[in-house]
Amino acid sequence: MPRKVAAVGVGLTKTATRRNDVMHPELLYEAISAALKDARITMEGIDSVVYGSMDPFDGINCPDKWDVDVCGGALNKPYMKVTTGGTTGMSIALAGYYHVASGLYDTCLAVSCQRVGENVDAQLVLNTCVDPVFERHTGVGAITVGAFQAAAHMAKYGTTQEQMAMVRVNANANAANNPYAHLRFEMTLDAALATRFISWPLRLSDCCPRSDGACALIFASEEKTKEITDNPAWVKAAGSISDTYWPAKPVADWDNLAMLGKRIYRMAKIEKPIKEIDYAELYDAFTIQQILELEALGFCKKGEGGKLVEEGVTKKDGEIPVNMSGGVLCTNPIGATAMIRVAESALQVMGKADRRQVPDVETALAHGWGGTLQFHGSMILGKDP
Amino acid sequence: MSEKKEEEYLTIPAKWEIPYRHSAGKFATRFFKELKENKRIMGVKCPKCKRVLLPPRAFCERCFVPLEEWVKVSDEGTIQTFTICYEKFTGLPDPPYAVLEVRLDGADTDILHLGGGVDLSDPEKAVKKIKVGARVKAKWRKERTGSILDIEYFEPV
Repeated sequence: MPRKVAAVGVGLTKTATRRNDVMHPELLYEAISAALKDARITMEGIDSVVYGSMDPFDGINCPDKWDVDVCGGALNKPYMKVTTGGTTGMSIALAGYYHVASGLYDTCLAVSCQRVGENVDAQLVLNTCVDPVFERHTGVGAITVGAFQAAAHMAKYGTTQEQMAMVRVNANANAANNPYAHLRFEMTLDAALATRFISWPLRLSDCCPRSDGACALIFASEEKTKEITDNPAWVKAAGSISDTYWPAKPVADWDNLAMLGKRIYRMAKIEKPIKEIDYAELYDAFTIQQILELEALGFCKKGEGGKLVEEGVTKKDGEIPVNMSGGVLCTNPIGATAMIRVAESALQVMGKADRRQVPDVETALAHGWGGTLQFHGSMILGKDP
Repeated sequence: MSEKKEEEYLTIPAKWEIPYRHSAGKFATRFFKELKENKRIMGVKCPKCKRVLLPPRAFCERCFVPLEEWVKVSDEGTIQTFTICYEKFTGLPDPPYAVLEVRLDGADTDILHLGGGVDLSDPEKAVKKIKVGARVKAKWRKERTGSILDIEYFEPV
């Protein structure tokens, strides 16, 4: 049986297309020192460190070598690196949780960093992730893959570009309240629908920005948690799932995310997600993905995600408030992005989300996807263990 | 962030130019040879789940068994999903270009390739021809070199 574990410290950084004011390890220093301050402990209190990023975006091979100095390297901490595409931040958080849940360490610092703004074009880097034998010639990157989902979902369920644009409108309205968001301006539905097509059916407004940013979380055992804080975010359930790389999986539905949802709901003893979960942070790099995720995670039936957004169910006063941070649509330092979902969920549970706080969040769900749509990770956090 | 303007900080330019050679292996090598010499698209059949896998590979990812039986699939199939890209990205094809996931007749998985034979300049018109469920056929190059681009693109039938 895993030990009980809680998130006891959260560290976010300012994000922007470029953070020219800091070098790579300095950006991490910002996140880590914020998490330590939040937990009111020092680096000496950290037993183990899990670090990660998705290397090629930053143009630094194995940045773990450069960044170790801000991860307790000089203090000889145990240290490992985790990277799984877009799910990197979630995989790091999961690994941090596992370090403590296993009983091997009492505290673990999980930290992620990405400087997508340091390259001139993220899509070229993303194209290098694609099979070089059969597929790379097609020029696919993340936007194309998101567009595949949108085209398939529109064809199968009649989801509209207006519904996708509503996801953007919500995201920007929320990000305006988040000092850590990259895009911080409101956008009307008409303005969203007037943006150009990047990769049909995705318009500019359907796509995330590329951001520089970092995130840190401190996980602690039950005993340590009680020493550190009386306001932790307990990990109630956590897990990951994979699917084949090959394009043979259905694109209109995120079936493997639905499977992961069932697994973690069982762990957290959740039967009706929309009734029992008070808050969700979903990895919506593209508007259509929030719609697919709402369906796969059981907040509505298949094909009804667009309608759910249209009805305002995902707004702050709706039945399942989603991404009060502005989500990935407003901030995407890729390798850190999924961890920001956990961080924002933890802040909501702790009641420390300031202007983006939803009242009375007992249980929150954080999600990340990665790869060519084939990885997912998720964590459910709660006020009670 | 400091109150200093971003422009005031130094940035150091860098560029990676690292040549690679990727191994195609036995299965992809035969696949490309078949494209070049016989204008045939070949998949491999799993002895256990009976699926015909395309592109071909040495193992079935579900049954975890080695694959040996080569099967010819059609050069015609159905679009499962697609996109038409209108943005120029550094180092990637010049827009507009269509990317399709095609289920070729006789295959149980999809192949990722370019779409063509349609004026892509107006998306609303183009998506009436290139759409989910549309039938497409391979446009073969006359001069074939044994690469995936021996099929120039898939075009609506």
